[in-house]
Amino acid sequence: MSRVRPGRDDSPDRLYTLTGGRSGTGSTAFDVVTLVVSECEPVPGMQSEHAAILRMCRFPTAVVEVAAGLGLPVSITRILLADLHDTGRISARHPRPTSYRLPDHDILEQVLVGLRNL
Amino acid sequence: MDSAISEQRPALSSTADNGLKIVVVGGFGVGKTTLVRSVSEIRPLNTEETMSQAGEGIDDTGGVAAKTATTVAFDFGRISLDARNVLYLFGAPGQERFWFLWDRLFSGTLGAVVLVDTRRIADSWYAVDRLEHHGTPFVVACNDFGGPAHTAAEIRDALDLADEVPLVFCDARSRESSKQVLISLVEHLKNVVAADPEHGRRPVPEPAP
Repeated sequence: MSRVRPGRDDSPDRLYTLTGGRSGTGSTAFDVVTLVVSECEPVPGMQSEHAAILRMCRFPTAVVEVAAGLGLPVSITRILLADLHDTGRISARHPRPTSYRLPDHDILEQVLVGLRNL
Repeated sequence: MDSAISEQRPALSSTADNGLKIVVVGGFGVGKTTLVRSVSEIRPLNTEETMSQAGEGIDDTGGVAAKTATTVAFDFGRISLDARNVLYLFGAPGQERFWFLWDRLFSGTLGAVVLVDTRRIADSWYAVDRLEHHGTPFVVACNDFGGPAHTAAEIRDALDLADEVPLVFCDARSRESSKQVLISLVEHLKNVVAADPEHGRRPVPEPAP
């Protein structure tokens, strides 16, 4: 916990600029473990964070990994992802269980098998 | 813009499509990151979430900003379970200010591990209380710091732990031991589901301010 925390000491102005002044997406679709996959390559002139996301997500990458990779808070990352998603440049694989609902027995069995195989 | 971290991270399988999460919660220095590191396939990463809270219904008489921003940093690691399922482990501080973000970050979590240092059991009271309140299934794992041994009964008593909540002992530095903690949580989850299929489908009470 002694490492530099991303975003903490960043100028709020910088974060504000990154998102075009928005502080929320009005959408909670992107869970921290939603897996993001690029649907195209970065193009010249693209906002650098958008380009970085497209490079980072050539293979499935969780929202929280994108945030850590960008060095930005999760909430800011979600806004950037929403921009890319709205324009079809990324796709999102959302987690199956929904909020506060226990996963079904099959998923738990799969988790157990996976853990035992570690 | 790509950081060195993302370059070094092994990529997930292109078939991965289901992110799962388990939260490891505990007091400062109890070994959360150590446990995550022990089982993670990536070096634990650190990020944070911020949330601004509007002062609801409170007149801002003092000219003080009506919004306050709370920032919570957390570590996480990753385990690819199979071709489709990927488990993310979040190490999160157990202090009061963290719980503010529980709904936002960790809703839909499979369950939680409360990591306890038996020399500082009081550090875990708040986490146990909040998880019970939320109805989030959890296990208690006592990390071995080589202090005076306590019996399971003593620890249960000190935490006022319900009988059905598993209590395990572990060494967070050990991959095998940390893996067993996660397995005990998932086995507990199976028991919870079997005993009460409607568990967690009740409305979630609002967290206390």
